[in-house]
Amino acid sequence: MATTEEKINTEQTGNEIEGHEIEDEAIDDVKLTEEELKELEKIIEENKGQRGVLINVLHKAQKILGYLPREIQVRVARGLDIPFSKVYSVVSFYSLFSTNPRGKYTIEVCTGTACYVKGAEDILKKLKNELEIEPGETTDDKLFTLETTRCVGACGMAPVVIIGDDAHGRLTVEDVPKLLEQYQ
Amino acid sequence: MLVTVTIDGQEVEVSEGTTILDAADMLDIDIPTLCYLKELNEPGACRVCLVDVEGDANFQPACVYEVTDGLKVRTNTPQVIEARKRVIELLLSDHPFECLTCVANQNCELQSVAKQYGIRDLEFGGERNKFPVDDLSPSLVREPSKCILCRRCISVCAEIQEVHIYDVIERGFGSVAAPAYNESLMDTPCITCGQCIMVCPTGALHGQDDTQKVWDALADESKHVVIQTAPAIRVTIGEMFGLEIGSLVTGQLVAALKRLGFDKVFDDCFGADVVVMEEGHELMERLESGKDLPQFTSCCPGWVKFCESFYPSMLDNLSSCKSPQQVFGALAKSYYAEQAGIDPEDIFCVSTMPCVAKKYESQRPEMDSSGHRDVDAVLTTRELGEMIKQIGLDIKKLPEEDYDEPMGYASGAGVIFGSTGGVMEAALRTVYERITGERLEDFELKSVRGRDFKEAEIDLKDGRSLKVAVARGTGNARRLIHRIMNGEAEYDFIEVMACPAGGCVGGGGQPIYSGRDKWLRMVEDRAHRAKGLFEEDGQKEYRVAHENPFVKKLYDNYLGDPHGERSQELLHTSYVDRQLYTHEERYSDKKGEPMKVAKKNH
Repeated sequence: MATTEEKINTEQTGNEIEGHEIEDEAIDDVKLTEEELKELEKIIEENKGQRGVLINVLHKAQKILGYLPREIQVRVARGLDIPFSKVYSVVSFYSLFSTNPRGKYTIEVCTGTACYVKGAEDILKKLKNELEIEPGETTDDKLFTLETTRCVGACGMAPVVIIGDDAHGRLTVEDVPKLLEQYQ
Repeated sequence: MLVTVTIDGQEVEVSEGTTILDAADMLDIDIPTLCYLKELNEPGACRVCLVDVEGDANFQPACVYEVTDGLKVRTNTPQVIEARKRVIELLLSDHPFECLTCVANQNCELQSVAKQYGIRDLEFGGERNKFPVDDLSPSLVREPSKCILCRRCISVCAEIQEVHIYDVIERGFGSVAAPAYNESLMDTPCITCGQCIMVCPTGALHGQDDTQKVWDALADESKHVVIQTAPAIRVTIGEMFGLEIGSLVTGQLVAALKRLGFDKVFDDCFGADVVVMEEGHELMERLESGKDLPQFTSCCPGWVKFCESFYPSMLDNLSSCKSPQQVFGALAKSYYAEQAGIDPEDIFCVSTMPCVAKKYESQRPEMDSSGHRDVDAVLTTRELGEMIKQIGLDIKKLPEEDYDEPMGYASGAGVIFGSTGGVMEAALRTVYERITGERLEDFELKSVRGRDFKEAEIDLKDGRSLKVAVARGTGNARRLIHRIMNGEAEYDFIEVMACPAGGCVGGGGQPIYSGRDKWLRMVEDRAHRAKGLFEEDGQKEYRVAHENPFVKKLYDNYLGDPHGERSQELLHTSYVDRQLYTHEERYSDKKGEPMKVAKKNH
């Protein structure tokens, strides 16, 4: 009989520890401009002392830089008198919040059941190759951020990719380069 | 209102709103749990406590399900047992299998429940989380791969200590209880109290292990190895050997340490007596000048770091006197070295403490006023217990032996340092006598109504009175400080111990017990242990520090006046503003060093 340990070891895929390194942005040193600081202070001031405002404040604060660097989180935590650990917990839970700089356009590849069956994986692979980034990452020119998403409710046009506010349906792998060109 | 519920065919009357878990407990039916800690952490997170509630389609968690009249519950069906097994297997499927080398081996709640449910094989393979080990803190080690998301550390840190280091970060499979950004505890305002260690059901949180440092020193013939024992050790080390909670084993402890090979066995309570002299005189000076009142005690490194991190404006109010551990260390490498004619360079100073924050304190860079590191290594009660077991001794069977001179004799005042309110009482015995010329009798702290701290007022018989307060647990300290800041109360002298419910007797270095009544039991245990300390106080010939003949000799022959030039240089220190989550004020030069990647399971 194989022991539990052996079983688990054989099923492990590799030795790499992925996704759990101490993130570099933990020591990011984004300095907000005076104007950006004022904007943040205003958002915090408007919500101070009220209950249940954290997500709302973070949502508004994210619009300042397009993401939530540590500096903003710490200021929100201090301003609302909420522990920093709590703020980060919320930020890291919701996919709508990002702790990394975002591109001008977010590309969301639907990997819901219908899109998946219709070849979403291949489209995603092609996008990764074209942009040379993984999901969750942003291109060096800060133009695109790649994400995967679950069903967007447009199964009739599967497979679907959403770029910015536009939905693109019935895509093939060959369509991808041309699609990206429209935004460059 | 009382309601009747039926559990496994037996009826029981309980008040409405009781959980199934507690109702079953009244019938002596044990339902396993891994996350639940009564009155502290009741999130219904681990799902090991599943039971079958008649009429419900799904099994329900017993720890959060409140009973109603006529409720019928089965906890013993094969289906329930099967469901619990599945839950345990799922927890194990994302757990590293390093039990044999894990610090929690044989004292792990996950391990016990897996054994209880006869888990021999896992059906679930697949991916497992592998987080780096955070061992940069001098006090605590985090191994997040062993975290089962019970949330106990989050609760104790947020609700009891109000330090808020941990929360669940990320989501789904990748979620883990950790500081923000899963960064090292070194880079957070962690006060290193170690209460999270005490509640962790697995080996995900534990203390740093310094036993090897001590073995190495003992093996080094050129080293003169001395050890000081903290007051609280004498009432807890016995528990490591199966003695009743709170058993006082001072003499046997000394015997065990001598057999371990320490050249001199000294009493940290001697250091505590010296602290009483210093802190008492400091208080009298402040009362004279009216400056920097109230004076806060500074013998608890967790509290000191808490104050530095959250209330830096209060730093001038902290007594500048070092803690007994550091006072002792500084004296061991100056006074004792001179007396014994030993080069302080050759002295290796060990202390055994009920505390992991003391490890951090001993490594604070400024703690070297003797010209050498005041204290070279700190052992917790747990580590010392292990060392004694490794040389095959049972503390129960040892004869009682005496501490060595000149730093082994302490007054009763020094002994009660280990209990909450003890430092205060010890200092007041001396201060009161110096000011009034009379003995302080019947000192009693009274609880403040509706507050978790105590206070007292002492008439100094010259028109003045002394207002004092004691807070245990930094959450309570926070409320006390806000009371002062808001002008709701005025005090002259305040004792704070970072550990809740009893001070050092419930420290983060004390023996760890498993079980869901852990938290309540810990609170109870602490009371028993404190009783042990006051028992020793009562047995002492001298109960006030300034009458300790060895303390007198120290001042006459070496230090001069209490809080005088020499003692200020050697025994006093200063504090640093370490505000919350800033980048500039980091304590460690280790910052930016990569954490250890878990060695195993690659």
